[in-house]
Amino acid sequence: MMHDFTQVLEPSPFHERVIDRVLTQNWAEWNGYQTPRVADTVASEYFAVRSSCSVMDLTPMEKYRITGPDATTFLNRMVTRDISKLKPGRVMYVVWCDDRGKVIDDGTVFHLRPGDYRLCAQHHQLDWLLLSSIGFDVTIEKETADVAALSVQGPTAYSVLVAAGVKGLETLKPFGILETQLAGFDLTISRTGFTGDLGYELWTDPQNALAMWDAIFAINERGLYDVRLIGLDALEMVRIEAGFIMPGWDFNTAESVVRAEHDRSPFELGLGWIVKFDKPHFTGKKALIAESKRPAKRRLLKLSLEGNKVPSGSFLFDRKDGKNIGSVVAHMWSPILKTALAYGDVELNKGQLPASIWAEIYYQKELKWRLAWARCKIHDEPFWKHARRAATPPNPN
Amino acid sequence: MTKGKSVLIVGAGHNGLICGTYLARAGHKVTMLEARDTVGGGIAMRQFSDGFSVPALAQMHHPLHAKIVSELKLASPSPTPAPMETISLSPTGAHVTLGAEQVSGRELNEKDRAAYSEFMKEYASYAKALGALYLNTPPRLKDFDLADARTLTKLGLKLRFGLGRKDMREFLRVGGMNIYDILNEVFNSEPLKGALAVQAVLGNHVGPRTPTTALNYLYSRHQELNGAPVLVSGTAGSLETAAAAAGVDIKTNAAVKKIKVENGRATGVELASGEHIKADLVVSNADAKTTFLDLVGASELDAMFVHRISKTRTYGDVSKIHIALKAPPVFAGLETADLRHRLLIAPSMRYVERAFNPSKYGEYSEDPVLDISIPSMNDPSLAPQGHHVMCINVSYTPYRLKAGWEQNRDALYQTVIDTLSAYAPGIADRIEDHEILTPVDIEREYGVTGGHWHHGEMSIDQGFMMRPVHGTAQYQTPVEGLFLCGAAAHPGGGITGLPGRNAARRILAKGGV
Repeated sequence: MMHDFTQVLEPSPFHERVIDRVLTQNWAEWNGYQTPRVADTVASEYFAVRSSCSVMDLTPMEKYRITGPDATTFLNRMVTRDISKLKPGRVMYVVWCDDRGKVIDDGTVFHLRPGDYRLCAQHHQLDWLLLSSIGFDVTIEKETADVAALSVQGPTAYSVLVAAGVKGLETLKPFGILETQLAGFDLTISRTGFTGDLGYELWTDPQNALAMWDAIFAINERGLYDVRLIGLDALEMVRIEAGFIMPGWDFNTAESVVRAEHDRSPFELGLGWIVKFDKPHFTGKKALIAESKRPAKRRLLKLSLEGNKVPSGSFLFDRKDGKNIGSVVAHMWSPILKTALAYGDVELNKGQLPASIWAEIYYQKELKWRLAWARCKIHDEPFWKHARRAATPPNPN
Repeated sequence: MTKGKSVLIVGAGHNGLICGTYLARAGHKVTMLEARDTVGGGIAMRQFSDGFSVPALAQMHHPLHAKIVSELKLASPSPTPAPMETISLSPTGAHVTLGAEQVSGRELNEKDRAAYSEFMKEYASYAKALGALYLNTPPRLKDFDLADARTLTKLGLKLRFGLGRKDMREFLRVGGMNIYDILNEVFNSEPLKGALAVQAVLGNHVGPRTPTTALNYLYSRHQELNGAPVLVSGTAGSLETAAAAAGVDIKTNAAVKKIKVENGRATGVELASGEHIKADLVVSNADAKTTFLDLVGASELDAMFVHRISKTRTYGDVSKIHIALKAPPVFAGLETADLRHRLLIAPSMRYVERAFNPSKYGEYSEDPVLDISIPSMNDPSLAPQGHHVMCINVSYTPYRLKAGWEQNRDALYQTVIDTLSAYAPGIADRIEDHEILTPVDIEREYGVTGGHWHHGEMSIDQGFMMRPVHGTAQYQTPVEGLFLCGAAAHPGGGITGLPGRNAARRILAKGGV
């Protein structure tokens, strides 16, 4: 087949449906695919996630199939969590590090069938997977284009899918996997997502993509529930509220970083809870054990700010006009929480969190630059956490 | 390290024996585990035909470093009846004999004779200066500590004040050069240059024109500083005696299948027999790929480390042919008495470079470089009365032969005999028996990855603090309590005993327990 050089970005299997709904023609590139940044308005898409039902085309997410006799030991040697505890039919959020214990990427491992795994990652990982597979009897295949995926998220996501005809969803717990059928084709549904809300991810063969799309959006056509396509901008908002981090945006990944100490360990990202030392060896374990014995140097913190200013690119200080202790790497105004939120990369003092953090915020009022100081509050938990995310069966909305 | 630790040494090659003896003498309980039925590895003797024995892989070697001999109270090595020299054979019969200080040959001009003495002296002084590096743990460039600083200072002082300003400058000029250019600057005689070039390339996948072969030459010359070549047959025995005297428990026919690791720490080994042996420390004399990829296993190591180990260049290039002779061979232009010397078929540097070329593409040359010795001339006990054994190192016979070794072993033998016959007419008629060890055979029989003489290429990117790879260059490994003591560690291959000695000193200093 001749390569079409005029087609710079790959259309996803949902493209002919997606394109009808991207009224803004505001497109972005995501792993080589043409992906909407905004379909209609960011606000309506954001509230689709938080108040009704959103749909996002997940196909561009990097997907790898890992099989073979050593699939489990291979994955367990790669990630910091104990994969041997991941039962078939379950999903686990994981990070993996280089030898120095610096994070390469994060993702989710789907244990589809015994010894048969799918790894979803933010960035291209085939080279690292292959490099890590030396000495293991595994088969690694990139299946990004072989699986069409939609993320269906929001308070009415359950009701929409049930109305569309999905059976068996009522017993599906968070991080569970359901093999089911819809409109005569096979699909896999996982109760996973990047929104911190009730939501599902639907996986099927690309030839079923349009039928899957139509089955879901038919609920909207029938006037039962509002179902809305969302783009990357709305996703960026909800994922910050949900406390998820984005490798390559919130921190430099180990394989892309140029300068020393500009990469980050899981501890420095606040992901110490998924680093397990009581499991077999994994890449970076030795370095992470050594790091865990030293006072932490820095931490990526979830911050909410006083006032109504958004700390875009702000420096962080230990007090007003005090010592610079870091900077903001992600920020937003949360419409639902009515507060400014940020991720701050903050230096610690002998392993101790600063007693107070202040953001220096430059903002414009009718083109005049002004400076505001905002006290920051550290959050250990996600900013947005709703009981419906975990309720099984979900309360029909 | 506090006394009384139990130490397992994987592989009783000469470095393993030396390392184990040092550790036992320091009060540790050392057990050597050797897969073969004899100790010594590449310097053990090998009976390849009824009544005919040869040194297994190393057909000659210089004495071990005097420090090792005195520190371990080794029996003095058996000298050859008269100093063994190298005769570079010329197709015209105008052979050149290279001695420790003098060179002779009927067609050599005065300039080459004078230059040779100067050259030998000059390069001996460079080799001596580098000794500061060879005899110590290689300094790290990252996480530099006091010992590293001392080693570097010592090297710096030796280079600057040991050599003097003029010689230091010359050393810095030639250190990164190829031996081809250096020898062309100094000499005219082709057989002379061919023989010196072989010394810079033997055992490695390099030709005379490969950059930094000057360093390989110096490494080889450093071994010469210890004296004239000695009989290999005595070395393994003297090391075994010293080990036994120090209380080392030597187990032969004890192939190690796995190095056991728990929580990042070596805890012992599992033998091929299924037996488990626990220990405080495990020291591997095996090459790095065998140690890490086969014995430890990738699942106990970090991914990038495994990747880097797997990418080290460990494909051997030298085959060994052993020949049982009915009578001493007759070489054109040589007396029978000359046959006790080392004979080289490397009549010019171009010949050597051209023999190297096909090996880059998985083939061997029809005109191979041959490094020949007739050990029975110096030690008649190796063959029945009046009979002889001949050993030939055949260079540039790549491990990964495109056409496959199984089908081409005999073809290689024929090529070697044809090449040899041009210098020793009629030799084929005197052959009673022979054996061929290709790099594939050496790998299988001696457990050396790729059948590589030096457990991996000796080159600047795989040397010093980068041997076997950076991050594990100081005999320590990412696995606590696991050390390397063989040729895969600094300073590398050859029969020097230095990796074994340096490793033992490192283990005693750092403990690791």
